[in-house]
Amino acid sequence: MNIVLKLVAQRIALGILLLLAASVLIFVGTNILPGDVAQSILGQSATPQALANLRAELGLNQPAYLRYLEWLGGVLHGNLGHSLTNGQDIATAISGRLANTLFLASVAAVIAVPLAVTLGLIAVRYRDRWPDKLISAITLTSVSLPEFLLGYIVIYFLAVKFHVAPSVATIYPGMSLLQKLHAVILPALVLVLVVQGQMMRMTRAAVLNLMQSAYIETAELKGLRPFLIIARHAFPNAISPIINVVMINLAYLVVGIVVTEVVFTYPGMGQYLVDHVAKRDIPVVQASALIFAAVYIGLNMLADVVSILTNPRLRHPK
Amino acid sequence: MRNIPLSALVGLIITAGFFLAAIFAPWIAPYPLGAAVGGVWKAASASHWLGTDGIGRDVLSRMIWGGRTTIWIATVATILSFGTGATLGFVAAVMGGWVDQTISRFVDLVMSIPSLIFALVVLTVIPPSITVLILVMGFLDATRPFRVARAVAVDITVMDYVEAARLRGEGQLWIIFREVLPNALSPLVAEMGLRFIFQVLLLSTLSFLGLGVQPPLTDWGGIVKENKDGLVYGVTAALYPAVAIASLAISVNLVADWILNRTTSLKGGRGG
Repeated sequence: MNIVLKLVAQRIALGILLLLAASVLIFVGTNILPGDVAQSILGQSATPQALANLRAELGLNQPAYLRYLEWLGGVLHGNLGHSLTNGQDIATAISGRLANTLFLASVAAVIAVPLAVTLGLIAVRYRDRWPDKLISAITLTSVSLPEFLLGYIVIYFLAVKFHVAPSVATIYPGMSLLQKLHAVILPALVLVLVVQGQMMRMTRAAVLNLMQSAYIETAELKGLRPFLIIARHAFPNAISPIINVVMINLAYLVVGIVVTEVVFTYPGMGQYLVDHVAKRDIPVVQASALIFAAVYIGLNMLADVVSILTNPRLRHPK
Repeated sequence: MRNIPLSALVGLIITAGFFLAAIFAPWIAPYPLGAAVGGVWKAASASHWLGTDGIGRDVLSRMIWGGRTTIWIATVATILSFGTGATLGFVAAVMGGWVDQTISRFVDLVMSIPSLIFALVVLTVIPPSITVLILVMGFLDATRPFRVARAVAVDITVMDYVEAARLRGEGQLWIIFREVLPNALSPLVAEMGLRFIFQVLLLSTLSFLGLGVQPPLTDWGGIVKENKDGLVYGVTAALYPAVAIASLAISVNLVADWILNRTTSLKGGRGG
């Protein structure tokens, strides 16, 4: 058990280190400009007074590393700073939106994960026959389209032509769960399509890899039905790689959700981030990017931890 | 080259078609980029094959001009990301030791933030011009060519002929460009195709969000942004970029698959 604990602890420590380094990178990213950030935000026509005010607000008169430490200290205390454009407290503005984003992401995940795993197993069962080929053709098409185009295709056919669901995903506090679910049908569908392809392909690859083992051949030779072989012998051993695949693809959702929220004007983190990039609101962008990076790094870390925990070889060291 | 499979041939032809349309856009496009030449939201007709947009511009012409911008920026960004990524990957593999460690850990770090998010962070402070877009897209995506190049080169650097070159006293640059590069080319070319598609998707996404190519220029993502309001009235102008991007992406993928398969079968035996 010791080895497992040690590996898990190492992986978590690495994740925290990575997150810290990512925060440095995000901070450097907004300070990458050789010239004056204040000037570039306000444009050429800015008055000297406005420039001086903005510089003071951004703390540009201090050296960069001090500004970083101050920012990081604030973040660790739950203080994400204030928005430049409307002076709002960022932490308060984000909390409601983060909940909305997580709601949309979990609806998508609850549909996508079982669907992708099932389709992946079907593709293995009928390998190189038409169900497999059909599944990989759909996969190839869905990974060849950016999320926002999938969004508009879905809007055109399901909202405009056939009126299945609303094209604008309005959501507000006080809606019942059923109303909320109805509002997010289309964005959730787009997200499912976005992550589906990769997840299915990787599940297929993970199970196919196992299908070459000796015990699968034994099962075949003793006359087991192909589907039973996959369900009883291959799948249990593939759970660890599949969980890994699922986690990695949920991390992809983080990117997909930014664009999808904009397409459906869904009041979540993604739209908040994109809006404030256009307004050049640096504190908001830094805070939202840090949250997205944290979720992304966290899910990748979780994937590794789960695969360490589910690997029985590590539990019984030689 | 004689026995190209049908799928790869179709892919090659369509890809070539897109690039030709991009190069010869000024001669092919029926109307100038910004000219309002017809009614608003007109359906497809003989004079406007794909109809007109919200201010009466010919959609087909805008698709051709937009494709030119998209393909041009994506191509330069791909070359930049490949030049940087592959060179660093070879350097890491050939030098090994702390050089390899430093570059590899830094790449791990950059990859721990999704590229779209990081691009948004950088574009907050730098106004998007074409040069900025190319630099941001090119450097952010150099991480993947780096990993592929390093993985391929690590296998090659332990070969006898590299050892022989080292023993006869060749410098690191000779080893990288004369010994490793020619033997790593095939998988890199295949990867390059995939990265090009990724750049097309990233650029379209940025432009759609209003943070990429700025008016009066346009690209495929921008065309979606301009025409998305028409969808509600059943005008499909916003969906044409989907067809263009998907067919370009699928054909490049088909070609890349073929190049990859060719390489793996080469390893099996040169005679076949």
